[in-house]
Amino acid sequence: MTLLPEVGHFALILALCMALVQSILPLVGAARHIGNFVAIARPAAGLQVLFVVIAYACLTQSFIVSDFSVAYVAQNSNVDLPLMYRISGVWGAHEGSLLLWVLILSLWTGAVCLFSRSVPPVMAARVIAVMGLVSVGFLLFLLLTSNPFERLFPIPLSGRDLNPLLQDPGLAIHPPMLYVGYVGFSVAFAFAVAALMGGRLDSAWARWSRPWTLVAWVFLTVGIALGSWWAYYELGWGGWWFWDPVENASFMPWLAGTALIHSLAATENRGIFKAWTVLLAVFAFSLSLLGTFLVRSGVLTSVHAFATDPTRGVFILVFLGVVVGGSLLLYAWRAPRIRSLGGFSLVSREGGLLFNNVLLSVATATVLLGTLYPLVIDALGLGKVSVGPPYFNSVFIPITAPLALVLGIGAMARWRKDSLARLLTPLRWLALAAVAGAVALAASFYDLRWEAIAGIALGLWVTASTGFGIWRRVAGHGGLARVPLAFWGMSTAHLGVGVFAVGIALTSTFSAEEDVGLDPGTSHQMAGYTFRFDGVRDASGPNYTARAGTVTAFLGDRQVAVMHPQKRVYRVQRNPMTEAAIDAGLFRDLYVALGDPLNDKGSWSLRLYYKPFVRWIWLGALFMAFGGILSACDRRYRRVASRVRQGAQTTAAAGA
Amino acid sequence: MTPARRQRLFLILLMIAGLGAAAALGLNAFQKNLLFFFTPSQVAAGEAPQDRPFRIGGLVEKGSLQRDGDSLTLRFIVTDKAKDVTVQYTGILPDLFREGQGIVARGTLTSDRVFVAEEVLAKHDENYMPPEAHDALKAAETLDTGSSK
Repeated sequence: MTLLPEVGHFALILALCMALVQSILPLVGAARHIGNFVAIARPAAGLQVLFVVIAYACLTQSFIVSDFSVAYVAQNSNVDLPLMYRISGVWGAHEGSLLLWVLILSLWTGAVCLFSRSVPPVMAARVIAVMGLVSVGFLLFLLLTSNPFERLFPIPLSGRDLNPLLQDPGLAIHPPMLYVGYVGFSVAFAFAVAALMGGRLDSAWARWSRPWTLVAWVFLTVGIALGSWWAYYELGWGGWWFWDPVENASFMPWLAGTALIHSLAATENRGIFKAWTVLLAVFAFSLSLLGTFLVRSGVLTSVHAFATDPTRGVFILVFLGVVVGGSLLLYAWRAPRIRSLGGFSLVSREGGLLFNNVLLSVATATVLLGTLYPLVIDALGLGKVSVGPPYFNSVFIPITAPLALVLGIGAMARWRKDSLARLLTPLRWLALAAVAGAVALAASFYDLRWEAIAGIALGLWVTASTGFGIWRRVAGHGGLARVPLAFWGMSTAHLGVGVFAVGIALTSTFSAEEDVGLDPGTSHQMAGYTFRFDGVRDASGPNYTARAGTVTAFLGDRQVAVMHPQKRVYRVQRNPMTEAAIDAGLFRDLYVALGDPLNDKGSWSLRLYYKPFVRWIWLGALFMAFGGILSACDRRYRRVASRVRQGAQTTAAAGA
Repeated sequence: MTPARRQRLFLILLMIAGLGAAAALGLNAFQKNLLFFFTPSQVAAGEAPQDRPFRIGGLVEKGSLQRDGDSLTLRFIVTDKAKDVTVQYTGILPDLFREGQGIVARGTLTSDRVFVAEEVLAKHDENYMPPEAHDALKAAETLDTGSSK
């Protein structure tokens, strides 16, 4: 038994003290023009980061050495647990994932401290201070309601093991990715609030804030894609999106964040939509907090609801109220001073961005309604209802389809004013080609349903119009070298939307799924494939035993895959877990999950899926993320930083 | 009216029309897709609808799980300790489905009072029960003590 947990706990308390210093002094200094107070923001933030890192390292070490005197470790780990899952087990439940939240928040704060040298000192100090305020809230939450370092007495000999669902590489990295995205919006939020405080909302502000927002958005995109992929292969349901409240909790900030990066583009380039952009930054972060509240307070009636302690829920709700209420008050006080300059015609880049923002906001609102309505009805004692996927699908598709329709055109439009004739005339043939391509693709599945054709055509249209936009830009600006990285980023992300849409259209219309009972040696035909069941044998892993089936898939006479779906029982928690076997491919996945034994003769129930183009969904998300990275790396964001560095070098050289 | 004004008016009208359409769409979909929840006691009392899907929840009665020969069709009884409902399901049950534990099922009630489930959700660890199943038991409990007084 070591003192590490106490060191960790103490480090958290110190971090809280530093966060208070980091938030209060610079704000006072900025308001009263006290230079020393303003200058304290960076060192205070640095110390806060250091203490949080120490606390996090202590908890990780307790997991690695299996110190079961720490209650949280005893509940979520076990000596037989592989090292990788002991490290990822830190965020396997409530307390640890909050500590991870705080850690990521301080890492973002640290990054802001390092890379904001080009920002005027008072503005930078305000940004760091606002992030400090968020840290204060979360550190208080951690220390008052969810201390991960709580000791357990008597010390158990063995831990209760990590939830088997979480023992998977995909889920090991899913929460950190998602949190980096969630928390990253705190930077956009801090920039917005700091700008409101200072009354300085100009395109420089948008330029500082935009790369941060892009990076956060990239992480959130990857995090959501990973979660969707994990649900696909680990939960054994073969779906990639369930409109589960926990999924919605991460999707709402993503939608708001997507709107934000687009409206920031308008603010940065043309100095318009300023007030709206600020509001979006507040909303994106508020939705991140709401997501944390939904997942972490136990209000949800879903598979993900792990925590069930009302004090925690109330704390986050109050915190949420303070953040949203406070920033909206500040907005109401300051916004009338914000003046957007310059008008624009409807047919213009601004018009396209406006269209994007209106639709994405409406989409966010519909998801919010569907997610919160059951909770509100339940809280009011009006009965228990749930809003199923049909609601989301029937609302979401009509809202996002026009977005896809206009996307390629909007991206090509000129700022201020453009003409429909210039934009649309060259696209006529592409539109026709997209429809023809869609019919051909649907025909290859021997099924000409109009929904499928419409969906595929929309996806191909996005891809084709974006591709045309690239060609026009490259041809029109004297070659590849002169096209900025931001344009490549935008185009890549938009191509990703096309790939994603094609994937959804094909998967959702042409997938096949059947539950079958098979005797060993018998086969079942589905979607042109023959699945032969070759029986089940015993298998085992480090902390589980399993029954492993063998299923061989044939296309005609040709053997295409041998799959081994498993039914695992983890030794400590005794929960059965289905491990599906997937034969993955760019154009189709074959997916087999083991059900239950049907009799003594070795017959089992099996769930078989054929999923065409399902990989395109995640591939599209990766394209979007990659596009975001390219945009964030654009020269105009680096230029300022490098100029400052050169300046520093010259002074250093002069000094030497 | 100046062209700029006319354009702004057009823009605003367009936005209002868009938002209105979205709201109409949303509310309509909302109406159709709300799933209500009923306890086995409420189903027994005839409060549940016959013609539209809903959800039920409670404990799977011990020893009630029966397989229809070697087929994939199963029957089991869901109880809130006061009243029972027979549930029929064809397919593979979730990993954590066990007799004596809480589940929630979505489906429709047939005329012979059998609940044909399209989806069965089971609790997912030792401490956690679907809140609906928990509430169904609580409700039946208070009803029970109330009537015995």
